[in-house]
Amino acid sequence: MNSNTAYEKVKIARSNKRPTAVDYIDNLLTDFIELHGDRRFADDGAIVGGIARLDGKPITVIGIEKGRNTKERMQHSFGSPNPEGYRKALRLMKQAEKFHRPVLCLVDTSGAYCGIGAEERGQGQAIAENLMEMMTLKTPAISIVIGEGGSGGALALSVSDRVWMMENSIYSVISPEGCASILWKDSAKAADAAENLQLTAQDSMTNGLIEKIIPEEKIGEVEFYASLKQQLIDEFSVLCEMDITELLEQRYQRFRKIGSTEL
Amino acid sequence: MAAFLKFLFQSRNELESGGRNSLPVQGDASEPEKVCPNCHKSIPLSRLWANENTCSCGYHFRMSALQRIAYIADEDSFSEMFSDVSTQDPIHFPGYQKKLELTRISSKEDEAVICGTVRIGGVKCCIFIMEQYFMMGSMGTAVGERITRTFEYASEHRLPVVGYTVSGGARMQEGLFSLMQMAKTSGAVKRHSDLGLFYLVILTDPTTGGVTASFAMEGDVILAEPGATVGFAGARVIEQTTRKTLPKGFQTAEFLLDHGFVDAIAPRTVQKEMIASLLKLHSAGEEDEQ
Repeated sequence: MNSNTAYEKVKIARSNKRPTAVDYIDNLLTDFIELHGDRRFADDGAIVGGIARLDGKPITVIGIEKGRNTKERMQHSFGSPNPEGYRKALRLMKQAEKFHRPVLCLVDTSGAYCGIGAEERGQGQAIAENLMEMMTLKTPAISIVIGEGGSGGALALSVSDRVWMMENSIYSVISPEGCASILWKDSAKAADAAENLQLTAQDSMTNGLIEKIIPEEKIGEVEFYASLKQQLIDEFSVLCEMDITELLEQRYQRFRKIGSTEL
Repeated sequence: MAAFLKFLFQSRNELESGGRNSLPVQGDASEPEKVCPNCHKSIPLSRLWANENTCSCGYHFRMSALQRIAYIADEDSFSEMFSDVSTQDPIHFPGYQKKLELTRISSKEDEAVICGTVRIGGVKCCIFIMEQYFMMGSMGTAVGERITRTFEYASEHRLPVVGYTVSGGARMQEGLFSLMQMAKTSGAVKRHSDLGLFYLVILTDPTTGGVTASFAMEGDVILAEPGATVGFAGARVIEQTTRKTLPKGFQTAEFLLDHGFVDAIAPRTVQKEMIASLLKLHSAGEEDEQ
């Protein structure tokens, strides 16, 4: 189906021509009201979140937004969230839990923001808290990797009941450039690293780490969003029907089995 | 020999009572020595070992997992678990098998964490101690699985968990499988926590990346060894990305204490007592029943 090499996919996943989180929010959902701030420090533009409707029903949506032009990209920190971004996301998830709304996360980041302030405000702690809290969040959650799924910064919004990936998206423990530079002291070998890291959507599917690949033939077009919307409606209706204890047990086992030698 | 033993004991007690700076550095001239990167004195190895790998200036040298067990555990109380869990090499990354083989030979360990049950100050608990000499404590599937099982065992037996972290982060040679261990371990920590059980973390040098962004920061109480580097992104990467000079003491244990991410600094002179006290404060008399 898709004959691009791994590194070609990395480039497609990073392309600024792809729809970003706000495009998905605009086209999949209605009545979106953006909610700002983590109530602790600041509002992080890298995370766009709020309440909207999916097929008429309230839903909480949280997206990592890269921005569509230079000005927007500056506003959104190029899609690299600071700790306050992850704390805003957690605040919105807890709000969703309180009001029994399902959660949709749109993941697109090269990684959590790398900076002095991010470390001072506990980037590691913020991500860690999200991993813990998402695991027991008493409402259904679906995460879709729409572009780059960059390491811990992406995982902090991906401890969900279902994780889907766009056909040309990537999900990786480290950037191929970072991997090549650490292992082979040569970032020019990024293409080799990309191949070996098994970071494509197809690899993730084969490895049993995600539930679905969303085809991209008509990405950004009306039919593309209509199809994706229908899949979300169908999946959320299944998840919302489930007993919450059973849902949480399945979510725990979804991650528990990864790398388990017993199974 | 008796005089030498006496010397060891004496220095140990003096160090423990806080008389660090008054200790002269002595030793057999033929004995191997290590130079302290802080005060630049040469320290005979036997003396270093007798002082829990600390220099008289207070500098904390790194310690292997086995050394830590000897330091922290009540005598003959450690019993290892899950040592048979090893990686399945999930993505067959080139050169990884070879690297594992060499690391196993040189480190004499088979993975980057040792787990088990132990008594500390009489209190029974589960413990995991990461091993820096095994691929800098990087977390792959085996490390994630062993730590997850430790928390599950502790949940089942209603035991507290004491965890020593040291890690370069997720093990890239296991790709996304490594990243997912962050979620898996965090889930097991959360279940243990939701049962009202106590989890104590001791951050040691260095604790970074995916381990910082998961179970290292999820303790009810988080201690850190003096001067330990603790952070998410690597300092060099931050410097290169931001082109800013990093503040003095950036990403040290003391920096995290100042910013509210660590409860207390735990020098090795008092660390065992601190851990034992905290365990007792959370055991509500349960240690008497075991």
